[in-house]
Amino acid sequence: MFTWLLRRLFQACFVVLAMTIIVFIGVHVIGNPVDILISPEADQAERAKIIAEMGLDRPLWQQYAYFLGGALHGDLGRSFVFNEPALKLIGGRMPATLELAVTAVLMSMCFGIPLGLYAGLKPNGILGRVIMSGSILGFSLPSFWVGLMLIMTFAVQLGWLPSTGRGETAEILGVRWSFLTWDGLRHMAMPALNLSLYNISLVLRLTRAGVRETLPMDYIKFARAKGLSPARVIFVHVLKNIMIPVVTVLGLELGTTIAFAVVTESVFAWPGMGKLIIDSINVLDRPVIVAYLMMIVLIFITINLVVDILYTVLDPRVRLETKA
Amino acid sequence: MTATLEVRNLRTHFFTRAGVVKAVDDVSFSVERGQVLGLVGESGSGKSVTGFSIIGLIDPPGRLAGGSILYQGRDLAKLDERDMRHLRGNRIAMIFQDPMMTLNPVLRIDTQMIEAVQAHIKTSKAEARTRARDALGMVGIPSPEERLNSYPHQFSGGMRQRVAIAIALLHNPDLLIADEPTTALDVTIQAQILAEVQKLATDHGTALLWITHDLSVIAGLADRIAVMYAGRVVETGEAADVLDRPAHPYTHGLIGSVPSRNKRGDRLAQIPGMTPSLLSLPAGCAFRGRCAHASTACEQEPPVAEPTAGHAVRCFHPIQGAPA
Ligand SMILES: Nc1ncnc2c1ncn2[C@@H]1O[C@H](COP(=O)(O)OP(=O)(O)OP(=O)(O)O)[C@@H](O)[C@H]1O
Ligand code: SF4
Ligand SMILES: [Mg+2]
Repeated sequence: MFTWLLRRLFQACFVVLAMTIIVFIGVHVIGNPVDILISPEADQAERAKIIAEMGLDRPLWQQYAYFLGGALHGDLGRSFVFNEPALKLIGGRMPATLELAVTAVLMSMCFGIPLGLYAGLKPNGILGRVIMSGSILGFSLPSFWVGLMLIMTFAVQLGWLPSTGRGETAEILGVRWSFLTWDGLRHMAMPALNLSLYNISLVLRLTRAGVRETLPMDYIKFARAKGLSPARVIFVHVLKNIMIPVVTVLGLELGTTIAFAVVTESVFAWPGMGKLIIDSINVLDRPVIVAYLMMIVLIFITINLVVDILYTVLDPRVRLETKA
Repeated sequence: MTATLEVRNLRTHFFTRAGVVKAVDDVSFSVERGQVLGLVGESGSGKSVTGFSIIGLIDPPGRLAGGSILYQGRDLAKLDERDMRHLRGNRIAMIFQDPMMTLNPVLRIDTQMIEAVQAHIKTSKAEARTRARDALGMVGIPSPEERLNSYPHQFSGGMRQRVAIAIALLHNPDLLIADEPTTALDVTIQAQILAEVQKLATDHGTALLWITHDLSVIAGLADRIAVMYAGRVVETGEAADVLDRPAHPYTHGLIGSVPSRNKRGDRLAQIPGMTPSLLSLPAGCAFRGRCAHASTACEQEPPVAEPTAGHAVRCFHPIQGAPA
């Protein structure tokens, strides 16, 4: 287990390093921030001075080495626009994105698993079919359009829910969270639902497929032959088997959800990392873009690692193999 | 005294898209307290379906299409699901064919045994655990206390089947249905388990319905034998009568194909042909296409003949006299 973890960490470091190179070069290809940041009226000398200040006059490999040196000390550069450390800027926006993504993933479990269970137990019923057809919509409707429709319905027409911002927040450990206040929760409801729609469909389909696959198994029949109640058979014997793939996939989806929060955050003006990155790309604020991408890479790697560990905890058969 | 189990004219049909599969069609037999009935027949003859019908685990598209299943005089076919559940695993238990598939792979043995105890007795978890441990010890599992904490995949096939037997015997059932519990195991373990189950059954006066496709397995075990062919019982009687004076041409062929009954060097007698498809059974005797004694009369439904008292044969031309 320990050597396995060590190997995984080593792999992770390598991936991060490779990503720094790709991200750094990629960002330099998309455009030169000088054209956007420096006012057209500035004279030649002024231009050169600012360029030198931002370190943009040096060759790319030097800029990269400089960036890497800083990165090792936890310094990913200063934002050209806000003149603040990029990492601090992103860190400040991260809680908003994290709580949105985590809520969305939790919601997808709360809706997806019961719906999938029902559809799996009653595959030929009308409701079961409706659920399955609905999940196709969940996969295929564009997220921004659904977001707009949600706003149209619940904010504009019905006036039940606020459509923009985080609402009231409360502080824990110096970080502000929306989920701690009623107003914050009301603000989060629509964006979280919007963000979870795809995952609801995914979990629902996984659960249904799992139920269909597990029900005809001999061990389910044997469980029934013991005289167990149908509830015990479904919620212990069937569900425990299904939770393994669902938790694995959903864990991996958390990373994607964080990354795809960009669209939802833009639609609902949710002040998270996604909103920040869109703004930063517009003005080619390189350090922020790079820091954001690095952050996403780190989040993905961490989540993958955690999911792998979780998987071995959930599935006894895997646990033995990793020990051996 | 009423028999522990009396099956009368049982019909279990599967209403599939391709047509009605009459897996069990007019089957009757009975088992007395402390007795062993061997239910013998080729693969697909409807033995397992008979077993599942008795314990009430026939799922759609299958259902009981007629007949009665009298357990101590009560008709199980008319019992509602709740009352049936109180009997299942408690008064009527079943052991399945494939030990590798009967235990839930993601639940520990203790979980699977404790729930089986608590399904029928109101008792503490600790108490149930003690019972489970004793049951494991009884079926010859070494260090049962530690083994309770294992997962199924940590057991060999033979050990798993012992666990399943221990679970089936937890409540000292009045009726035990053993559906080829030893076919997947190697010969020595087969013999051990056979002897153990028989001992446990006689000790508790359990009526035993032993299902097998191999006559030699039950030759020394069964008090009575019922031979099934294509969903029907074609011959029943005292074990000695059926084995020594088989009257149905199919039983005759089955006995001929048991190796121990052939002289050394003899070619193993095989019944020519295959089991007919249950979807397109010919009118009259289903064995007609493979029967050396068939006549035009066999195109009608064969009558039940009784060569000796308690020995019934469904055939126009029962074989008389000499053993196979
Ligand atoms: N769910 C089902 N749907 C349709 N047909 C079924 C179903 N279950 C069983 N059958 C049919 O019922 C017949 C009897 O099956 P059964 O499992 O009782 O045979 P068996 O005598 O136990 O054979 P084996 O020795 O292979 O276990 C088979 O022909 C099978 O095709
Ligand atoms: S009824 Fe006819 S075909 Fe059927 S077993 Fe008897 S002799 Fe053979
Ligand atoms: Mg069978």
